[in-house]
Amino acid sequence: MITRDEFTTIAGNGVWKQNTSIVQILGLCPLLATTTNAVNGIMLSLATIIVMAMSGVAVAALRNFIPHEIRIPVFILIVAALVTVVDLLFNANLHELYLVLGIFIPLIVTNCIVLARVEAFAAKNPPLQSTFDGIFMGVGMLWTLGLLGAMRELLGNGTIFGGIDMVFPSLQPVQLLPESYPGFLLALLPPGAFILLGCMIAWKNWLDARAAQRAQRRPPTAVAATG
Amino acid sequence: MTGGARKISAPGMAIRTAAILFVFVIAFTGLLSAAYQWTKPAIEASAAEEKMKLVDDVLPRAEYDNALLNDTLTLPPTPQLGLDEPSTLYRARMGGKPVALVFEAVAPDGYAGKVRLLIALRADGTLAGVRVTQHKETPGLGDYVDPKKDKNKSRPWITQFTGMSLATVANSGWKVKKDGGNIDYYAGATVTPRAVSKAVLKAVQWAEANRTRLIAETGATK
Repeated sequence: MITRDEFTTIAGNGVWKQNTSIVQILGLCPLLATTTNAVNGIMLSLATIIVMAMSGVAVAALRNFIPHEIRIPVFILIVAALVTVVDLLFNANLHELYLVLGIFIPLIVTNCIVLARVEAFAAKNPPLQSTFDGIFMGVGMLWTLGLLGAMRELLGNGTIFGGIDMVFPSLQPVQLLPESYPGFLLALLPPGAFILLGCMIAWKNWLDARAAQRAQRRPPTAVAATG
Repeated sequence: MTGGARKISAPGMAIRTAAILFVFVIAFTGLLSAAYQWTKPAIEASAAEEKMKLVDDVLPRAEYDNALLNDTLTLPPTPQLGLDEPSTLYRARMGGKPVALVFEAVAPDGYAGKVRLLIALRADGTLAGVRVTQHKETPGLGDYVDPKKDKNKSRPWITQFTGMSLATVANSGWKVKKDGGNIDYYAGATVTPRAVSKAVLKAVQWAEANRTRLIAETGATK
């Protein structure tokens, strides 16, 4: 089973401390390609969450049978097989969603985040912890890619949630900037993703540095002062 | 690995590792083929459904009564359509009489490579509809040729072609207004609509020239 502490650590690592996109800087290829709007980024992350949770369980359950020397090929085999199965199941049963997520699912095989977490976490931890690790790493990716996508489309097109009508036909993208906004192509092209990702990394580091400074300034006897 | 407790000879180790890897490969290949077999019928059904949805965009279902997906003709690579691979032409009939041809064409000179089109041409020579099925045009700039990305939802750019025919519009009219034709475009993104207009004209000219042959030929009628 999983303790509360373990769960908090895993969640904190996934969402903030070890965030795949702005700390580990992994999986940049899908990040650049899909975050032209928030919806695409979020959808790719959702598909990745499913695959990461599944591969986490599978590898953690089989971890004692996998010899150390051939762990990488076996991990790749497991991840690739699971991605293909997810791809087929989506195509067969959730066709509408597949039309939206479809192009992203095979991309997940090449996403080094999955292999990295399987190697760094699932190979050494029990299945339940590995599942949560996969899910929370994916959640970390979800908010980063969603935010990056939202910034890119806002700067590039002046809209937000473009393409939402392809997931939920009843919803429409929101035009945040005036219709006359000329657009800013750089934000939509891959270099724009790099620049904005750089800004996000700087922002995170600044927040962390500020938090560290505050923790230092505040003397450890603060508890006594309040009491 | 350093300092293993058990002493295993190198070849023995290699064989053991290979055997384990083999077992994993067999197990996961089995899983894959099971999933493939299990999902195959559903996937095929939805692929056909999807094709019909594309056709519905260019040709209303009320205009024909045959099983369109089964009344096909396999076309060899046709340069006039911009296709360098074989493609499929669908024939729509109403009470056995041909009403329209539905076929693919490619505009090879889009801003970012090929723009694939699906064209439906009625028997009287008018276009029932044109749709972009695949493109890599710049998001937010040239991609308005795809009605899903067009900001003008009530009258997307691509619908301008609907109703046009060689008989009513002179060849010079099948161009964007900047080039002296009838086709509107958004300022700043002329390359894509220009390429699409050119490809549509060429495709319609080809279909008109070959109409009788395309309808009569029983090449791949299933």
